[in-house]
Amino acid sequence: MKITFEWLKDHLNTNFKEEKLLEQLTNIGLEVESVENLSKDLDLFKVAKIIKTEKHPNADRLKVCEVDIGGKELKKVVCGASNAREGLITIYAPPGAIVPKTKTRLVIAKIRDVTSYGMLCSESELNLSDESDGIIELSSSKYAKNVGKSYFPKSNSNLIDLSITPNRPDCLGVRGIARDLAASGFGKLKYLKDKKISSKLKPNLKVKINKEKGQGCTVFGSCLITNVKNTESPKWLKDKIVSIGQKPISAIVDITNYVMLDINRPLHAYDADKIEKGIIVRNSKPGEEFTALDNKNYKLEKGMCVISDNKGVLGLGGIIGGTRSGTEFDTKNILLESAYFEPRSIRNAAKKLNIDTDAKFRFERGIDPLSIEDGLNKAAFLIKEICGGSISKVDIQKVENFKVTNIKFDPTLFEQISGFKISTKEMLKILEDLGFQYKKEKKYFKLSVPSWRPDISQEIDIIEELVRISGYDKIKTINPIKERNKSTLNQTQKLFHFLQRSVASKGYLEAITWSFTDSNYNEHFKGSNKVIKIVNPISSELDVLRNSIFSNLIMYMGKNLDRGFKDLSIFEIGPIFTGSNPGQQNTLVCGLSAGKKSRLSWIEKERNVDVFDVKRDVVQTLVEAGYNSDSFFIDREVPNYYHPGKSGRLFLNKEKDHVAAYFGEIHPNILKKIDLKTDSLIGFEIFLDNLKLSKKTLNDQKKKFHVSDYQKSERDFAFIVDKNINSQDLINAVSSVDHNLISNIKVFDVYEGENIPENQKSIAINLTIQSLDKTLNESDLEKINKLIIQTVENKTGAKIRS
Amino acid sequence: MSDLKKIKDEFLTKLKGKLNLSEINQMKSDLFGKNGLVSSQFKKIGSITETERKKFASDLNIIKDELQNLIETKINEIQNTEINEKLEKEKIDITLPERSFVRGKIHPVSQTIDEISSIFSEIGFSVEEGPDVENEYNNFTALNTPDNHPARDMHDTFYLDEKKEKLLRTHTSPVQIRTMLKDKPPFKIIAPGRTYRSDSDQTHAPMFHQVEGLHIDKDINMGHLKGCLNYFIKEFFEVDKIKMRFRPSHFPFTEPSAEVDIGFEIKDGKIVIGEGDQWLEILGCGMVHPNVLKNVKVDPTKYQGYAFGIGIDRLAMLKYGINDLRAFFECDYRWLNHFGFDPLDVPTNYRGLSR
Repeated sequence: MKITFEWLKDHLNTNFKEEKLLEQLTNIGLEVESVENLSKDLDLFKVAKIIKTEKHPNADRLKVCEVDIGGKELKKVVCGASNAREGLITIYAPPGAIVPKTKTRLVIAKIRDVTSYGMLCSESELNLSDESDGIIELSSSKYAKNVGKSYFPKSNSNLIDLSITPNRPDCLGVRGIARDLAASGFGKLKYLKDKKISSKLKPNLKVKINKEKGQGCTVFGSCLITNVKNTESPKWLKDKIVSIGQKPISAIVDITNYVMLDINRPLHAYDADKIEKGIIVRNSKPGEEFTALDNKNYKLEKGMCVISDNKGVLGLGGIIGGTRSGTEFDTKNILLESAYFEPRSIRNAAKKLNIDTDAKFRFERGIDPLSIEDGLNKAAFLIKEICGGSISKVDIQKVENFKVTNIKFDPTLFEQISGFKISTKEMLKILEDLGFQYKKEKKYFKLSVPSWRPDISQEIDIIEELVRISGYDKIKTINPIKERNKSTLNQTQKLFHFLQRSVASKGYLEAITWSFTDSNYNEHFKGSNKVIKIVNPISSELDVLRNSIFSNLIMYMGKNLDRGFKDLSIFEIGPIFTGSNPGQQNTLVCGLSAGKKSRLSWIEKERNVDVFDVKRDVVQTLVEAGYNSDSFFIDREVPNYYHPGKSGRLFLNKEKDHVAAYFGEIHPNILKKIDLKTDSLIGFEIFLDNLKLSKKTLNDQKKKFHVSDYQKSERDFAFIVDKNINSQDLINAVSSVDHNLISNIKVFDVYEGENIPENQKSIAINLTIQSLDKTLNESDLEKINKLIIQTVENKTGAKIRS
Repeated sequence: MSDLKKIKDEFLTKLKGKLNLSEINQMKSDLFGKNGLVSSQFKKIGSITETERKKFASDLNIIKDELQNLIETKINEIQNTEINEKLEKEKIDITLPERSFVRGKIHPVSQTIDEISSIFSEIGFSVEEGPDVENEYNNFTALNTPDNHPARDMHDTFYLDEKKEKLLRTHTSPVQIRTMLKDKPPFKIIAPGRTYRSDSDQTHAPMFHQVEGLHIDKDINMGHLKGCLNYFIKEFFEVDKIKMRFRPSHFPFTEPSAEVDIGFEIKDGKIVIGEGDQWLEILGCGMVHPNVLKNVKVDPTKYQGYAFGIGIDRLAMLKYGINDLRAFFECDYRWLNHFGFDPLDVPTNYRGLSR
């Protein structure tokens, strides 16, 4: 909502300065978004006279004009307008001026080798009209004396742009803002006594509101003004319209605009001669069409509120008028509409048709239903004054009567909510200034809400008004008590934070990427998940919810590789989606590692990152988080975006109830398809929701501290096994022999090839044997040795390598 | 007697010269070997008269000790020199780079969330969460924003179905609804998380982060709200004084509602929080609307309190001097490295939020 202090003063007697006004507006909830000094810029635009014109030496269509701008010297200006001629009085803009239409700052420029000092302006460039054909021609009788003076009147009023919250339609009119200001002590609201139409002339157009279900119009007021002569608006009106950054069009349009801006009362003017017989306000029929004033053709759905005549739709009530009945300069008879449209109906229709107009914006927020006659009075008299003609009797059609909202208000609620005190007297004063009426009823007050405040329906709304107008600076600061009755994080949240920092500590940079992704990328990583489309994506590259974090991570990994970084690890912890219902999401830690280890190292041999790097990261992270790696179980069942041979699935235990993690090389086909070039790309996914949470704290889970100081002995074994036997099976077999005696089982060599039969491999392990109760003697050890070999051979089909 | 002195003088002279290890070993055996000069003198002891014997033996022992000590010292010297020479040869260029190490980082948004949680933890808030996909009821209707309310225009919503029943939450406020439906008052929670609006430019991203706050009890008023936020802002920006402005605004789910601005100035191209005469909006808040309480079956005549919503990314930008919101989510390695935090740098109350 744009206003000027000048305009406010039409409604407000005040001695305060503008600086205070800006502060006060924000303090009462009418936030000042920006303040623009239009006149300061416009001051530079001068009335000027062209003294001489010459053809531009290097361009046929350009002229070089010598212009008198009131000083001693003439200014040389290159101009392309065909009407630029000697003796013409026009408007000159010097270098440094900002052209209102394009917002560009003029500079001294060479135009085809001729230096031009400024510009001669067209009406459109100054936002005075749409006329862009040629420069402005000012009447020499009026302006000859003004050469060198500013064209625009001096105004000290800045253009103030307010951000009006959707609950305050009344403040979409200058008077509403003035009322709020007055209530807050910033001056006194002027009492305006508008003239009332008291005509005996009967309008010859009949208006009817159809009584039907879902009728969006409840009141339709109108009057006819005959024999008008539509013209340019007088200067005061033009200045007003221009002062808030709008363009004057014609008197009738400017007047209806003015009334709307002034008291937030949208009006519509029809060319009465173009209306067939009478006006019918009704629900639209499906498929009905009309051309609106934005020159677009709209096809209507059933049940939209239309203003129509015998021939069809004239306009969408409260949203936009139609071209068929629009007023023009030759319009003679006007039907002026001032109606009330239901916000819900306006919003529905505008949303379906995707129309946004000033009228729609106001009606959907709620127009004062009792402003119908005021609007007609104000506008009709102005039209008569400016365009002549005679005004008919006002006709009001109604299908519903306005009901005043009454609220029972308990003044003690104020302190209970706000935490500070004001007297009941002060409360009543504020409410009265805002337009409320009150009646005392015992401890309470019965308040009648003013018709222009559709936002107020209950007691809390009254409190809001009172706190707002009293000032939020009156609210005391009550310092918080440092006391905690509940733990800040639950177990899952703690785990989230732990995993996040644990993975980062292994060299991964944490990324946060969109929860949505490109369906083309998602396709590779969706696994068995359902694709979840976004109905209205922001772009086609972000059209689905992600089924995996990999799609985004890989895309961004690619971008980083393109930047020339070769060896990177990134990860994200966040949601993936398995369905479109709330809660159908899982939290994952997903990491990617690309390139080499020890690239260009003088001391270490470089190598590609491999699956055992990420396996370490996954296992170490889980161990750090408190899970026992001795019970981990790994198999090969992985989603298809992993390399089928170089990947694994990790469970926290052999019962395999929930997948704790996947890890492995990303499938080479995917890298090929998305054209990602790197030495190696390995990833992992840890499923936070699948990690079993112990009810006990980590501390309570720990066993009693118990170690043995008896002699320990290390033993090596080499087994020859079938190639398909996993080392995990071997280790499990060894460990099953005696958990208490055997520990630290390590695989120190895996070998295939010479001396080993085909399809077999040798696995060498080292282990520690130690008893908690005694030093084992040779025969004890020998027994255990034999048992280990026997067990492994039995369980895995291995043979001890002799 | 002169024999002993002669031996002593002779070898003392020899020992002063430059010797290698084998020469000195030779000397050792010359003196103390089976037939060494000193050893032979010892053999003489028996043949010396009793009166002289004591003195002779004593002198001999002194000379023996003296020479032995000298030889040992000399051997040590030589060995030391040899080791030193050997070590000198083993000298390496110690300025060569160490074995490479990797360093991960925590995203500034995550760090900021931890900071926020740490601050609110101190004054008794616990952390709640809610799903990213919400139903229309929790995101709007229950929050007193019925369909066809113009306030819905303030949120450009991503929908997951044509009926517009399922959507990506446009704010963290639905967590209020979920929390209050699940438990009984009082409530004192914060809810950080991802939020989504169909909006994208320098200062808007289609996904961003908010933290919701909710405190409902029997007598929580606007003074508590002001105190809580004042405390938070001061702690977060780690300044003693902060200029803060509460100004009336409108949100359907709170009434009265406020927006909070903090004072700032630009010094040497950098934003300085807490001083200056410019205002920056950082959050929205208010007293929870009685309609919202009714919707979650909390009696508004018995319970009341406040709620707030803060843009986390915005806070991170202000605190850590980040200009472009979109860069948060573009995953540029250089950016993550520059603005990221060491994983060991966990914000805590006792240590202070930042280093």
